[in-house]
Amino acid sequence: MKSLTIAGMALAMTVTSTAAMADLVFPSLSYRTGPYAVNGIPYADGYADYFTLVNERDGGVNGVMTKLIECETAYNTQKGVECYEATKGEGALVYQPLSTGITYQLIPKATAAGIPVHSMGYGRTSAKNGKVFSHIFNYPVNYWDGASHAVNHILDLNSGDIKGKKVALVYHNSAYGKEPIRTLEELSKKHGFEFMQIPVDHPGQEQKSQWLQIRRTRPDYVFMWGWGVMNQVAIQEAANIRFPMENFIGVWWSGSEVDVTPAGAKANGYKALSFHAVGTELPVFDDIQKYVVDAGKAAGAGDQIGTVLYNRGMYAAMLAVEAAKTAQEMHGTKEITPAQMRDGMEALEMTADKMESLGMGGFGPEFNVSCDNHGGPGLGAVQQWDATTGTWSLISAFAPSDSDVILPLITEDSAAFAKESAIEERECA
Amino acid sequence: MFYRQAGDFKKSYREDIQTFALRQDRRAYYVLMAIAFLVVPFFINDYWASAVLLPFLILSIAALGLNILTGYCGQVSLGTGGFMAVGAYACYKIMTSFPDLNIMIVVLLAGLVTALVGLVFGIPSLRIKGFYLAVATLAAQFFLVWLFNKVPWFYNYSASGQINAPARSMFGFNITGAEAHAPARYLFCLALVVLLAWAARNLTRGRMGRSWMAIRDMDIAAEIIGVDPLKTKLSAFAISSFYIGVAGALFFSVYLGAVEVGEVFGINQSFLVLFMIIIGGLGSIMGSFIGAAFLILVPVLLKNVMVNGFGWPTDIAAHIEFILIGGLIMLFLIVEPHGLAQLWRIAKEKLLLWPFPH
Amino acid sequence: MSPEFLYTLEVILNGLMAGVMYSLVALGFVLIFKASGIFNYAQGVMALFAAMTLVGIQNGQVPFSHLINAVFGTHIHGFGWTLPAFVAILLTLLVMILFAYLVERFVLKHLVNQDPIILFMATIGLAYFMEGFGDLMWGSEIKVLDVGVPQGASFWLEDFTAGWAAEGSEYYGMYIDKLDLVATVVAIALVVSLTLFSQYTKTGRALRAVADDHQAALSVGISLRKIWVIVWAIAGFVAMVAGIMWGAKSGVQFSLSLIALKALPVLILGGFTSIPGAIVGGLIIGVGEKLFEYSIGPMIGGATENWFAYVLALVFLVFRPQGLFGEKIIERV
Repeated sequence: MKSLTIAGMALAMTVTSTAAMADLVFPSLSYRTGPYAVNGIPYADGYADYFTLVNERDGGVNGVMTKLIECETAYNTQKGVECYEATKGEGALVYQPLSTGITYQLIPKATAAGIPVHSMGYGRTSAKNGKVFSHIFNYPVNYWDGASHAVNHILDLNSGDIKGKKVALVYHNSAYGKEPIRTLEELSKKHGFEFMQIPVDHPGQEQKSQWLQIRRTRPDYVFMWGWGVMNQVAIQEAANIRFPMENFIGVWWSGSEVDVTPAGAKANGYKALSFHAVGTELPVFDDIQKYVVDAGKAAGAGDQIGTVLYNRGMYAAMLAVEAAKTAQEMHGTKEITPAQMRDGMEALEMTADKMESLGMGGFGPEFNVSCDNHGGPGLGAVQQWDATTGTWSLISAFAPSDSDVILPLITEDSAAFAKESAIEERECA
Repeated sequence: MFYRQAGDFKKSYREDIQTFALRQDRRAYYVLMAIAFLVVPFFINDYWASAVLLPFLILSIAALGLNILTGYCGQVSLGTGGFMAVGAYACYKIMTSFPDLNIMIVVLLAGLVTALVGLVFGIPSLRIKGFYLAVATLAAQFFLVWLFNKVPWFYNYSASGQINAPARSMFGFNITGAEAHAPARYLFCLALVVLLAWAARNLTRGRMGRSWMAIRDMDIAAEIIGVDPLKTKLSAFAISSFYIGVAGALFFSVYLGAVEVGEVFGINQSFLVLFMIIIGGLGSIMGSFIGAAFLILVPVLLKNVMVNGFGWPTDIAAHIEFILIGGLIMLFLIVEPHGLAQLWRIAKEKLLLWPFPH
Repeated sequence: MSPEFLYTLEVILNGLMAGVMYSLVALGFVLIFKASGIFNYAQGVMALFAAMTLVGIQNGQVPFSHLINAVFGTHIHGFGWTLPAFVAILLTLLVMILFAYLVERFVLKHLVNQDPIILFMATIGLAYFMEGFGDLMWGSEIKVLDVGVPQGASFWLEDFTAGWAAEGSEYYGMYIDKLDLVATVVAIALVVSLTLFSQYTKTGRALRAVADDHQAALSVGISLRKIWVIVWAIAGFVAMVAGIMWGAKSGVQFSLSLIALKALPVLILGGFTSIPGAIVGGLIIGVGEKLFEYSIGPMIGGATENWFAYVLALVFLVFRPQGLFGEKIIERV
């Protein structure tokens, strides 16, 4: 009885809150609470602020205002599903859940509902194969690209020869953390380096055994696929055992201000992968200051601007807006549907000129998306932490990954998924 | 006034053992069943199915199962998440190995597999008691999650380590998979809930349930009067695990569709189900449902009120949601320490006598 | 000495240190369980709350600033001061005492004489409440905790032991984190002062009387409510110490509340009612899980520590069902 009244009230709430369909609706499945809030807050702020900027500065996307519906997932799959179901009826154009677990939930569901999902630098790597995953996009990079970027970086450092070097991977013992293993195994065969795996269980506050093992075996390089508290502890422990920080390379989810600051000056020189620019140098940040912050419309506490994860949120929002613009042009209508948004994402072209015109010149790599390639060419860079100035800076140009190794793996994995889910491959012209 | 029947007049043995002793309760129950089976399916949409009703129904099954073990037999368990994972992975392996098997049979088989695993982890309960027993079940929790994460056979060697439920249907409606039909999923779970709740109700008031309660109330005394602790405790573990396994299988196949073991079936899930039965009422079938309703529906309701209704920022709303839920738990306890089901029972007794309490 | 032997020794030493860190968390549980029979689920959240309060006070953060800004449209963030660590610690201690008083006044007082499971449930509610309240008060961003606890490898020890290995073998000296050494000293100090307090002060004797028998203690005129406030305040203090030690490693963030999970096997192994049990249990779990991860772990894929701690506790329990130092269970009909 009680539950029925409660349910009835909840129904009333959901009915009354349905939005007018005229806006372009972008749901933001964010997490500002829970164990990963530390990483979720800056991303969510960046994502929200960019849409505010588009509305305030440009009057929306080609005149149509955007509407951001934020929904708190606490990085929890069940809450993520609730958020998805609550927002999909409101005309949601694209989902960017910032969680590998929720992305896996959405892959079948959103595909069936015809809503595209953009998992930027996370989620299922083989979604790059657009023939199998018609509605899932993971441009500009995926984890397997990341593994290859890290190996390419150490190849560069050793003038192309890493035979006999020892590389350890410290990873979050979950689907996310295990992603790069296959690729690194293949790459170790190709380049002849020795590869060792060191898992860390969730949440990762105690990593003494792992780092003692690293201290004992003395790998030349350590890669890290971590998230949440695992990052901070790993960087601290690496500093404690005096592992040379410039040989310690994290994935892009292990390389933001929040990860390195607890270790203080000892984190100096730590490296991480990235696929977008850092800092607040570009003109777009002046606009954000003028139209968003000074107008009192900044999301959250407004203190995250320019941090790595804030910029990443902004980058994700920018790509979504550009895809929406592309869709508007393609279909000759301003109020696009999720299906048209999908087409727009598939035809997205990020050129240097386009980014320049947005005040974001060189913010990310140049790339094209196509029907059979939903991941772009996989360009990534390496950034390094300077503890004295407290800033990250890119130390390499955006460079491609080793597609000879990665493409066969993607074909293999997507074929397995297609078989398991009985999906027929699409024809791509 | 509210109840038209006054006092307790049982004329036959049959009347005495009725689950719903009052005619009005009985009618209310039939009406509720009629609405749940005949009305709700026509109005249910994806949001209501996926966000509200499915998690409520499925976790009610888990809470029923845990209540059998903890509430009726007195054995504390913190391994619910791990046992749900067993159900989910058993379901996945059976689904992918025998694609033609009916999904209902698959779910029940998954429950049976879990019952066997539960039996094994129940063995330490013969020696270790009370809070200390929690360690055996916690060992199960962490070990099972680690195992499913580590051994590729369980997830069919997929590169991601996640398991995805393939599409299965019953009577022409998709129950699992991407195109699943919301009313069909709902009815599938509802049917299982009603069946299992009915079974639990009758198990707990039969010979088996009485021996469970005897062990719970004082195991040595029970042993002396001829209750076999080995059989009783292990049967509670097996039956409880069966329920939890079914819940896990449904959670994976019908509700989520894709699962990563550490995230979905972690220790948090174990605690959540334990909270449900404590808040709802230990040793009460009704309590399992009320507890599940409280911890699933109230957060969704609060969130909808605060975020959609008042338009508050999501993070502040989430923090206040925690404060309110914590506050409510403490408040209910101070008002009635034996759970919400007891509160309900007392309210009913008062109403029965009202307005003439003597 | 062979490097293998030295490495094993290093693992054992570091396991002991890790065990001390677990014990610090477990101590808070034991204190409350002993005095009031409550398994305090909120202990982890208390550690988080204390650490957040400490950092907030030290850095002059305005409490509830996010809420105030959202409601009134203001932009306040900080008072703009930085307090010395020990002042901040003292102020945090006051906050924890106030917290203990409020818990007693609004929750425990109403639940005197209830079953342990009901009190356990009340602490669940408390945990939810404090999780939301702490985040609302101080924000859920990561905070850097700096109270001057040294960290990093002890170089002196590394140099001192580097020559121990046999000639020609690769060995880099023994590794011990200075933070762990500090934690060990703090833990010893805590246990000694707690023991002295409970043995030689009047309040301490009252504490022990309450732990033995609530009703008998009441009947000789000990105020149960006062004792509970004191115990919860001490547990709050221990939680703060644990919060500082763990927070120094990872920064203060939500995950700090999950350290309670690391204390559970320690508690079960050491017995819920014994302070030495918490320490010895922590040491056994620490050494056991590290040694297992070091020797067997690589063969079966690693990341075994979480479950092995429980299996280890389980093995001990099969032989001693009441925990290592638990009170002997006497069963009568």
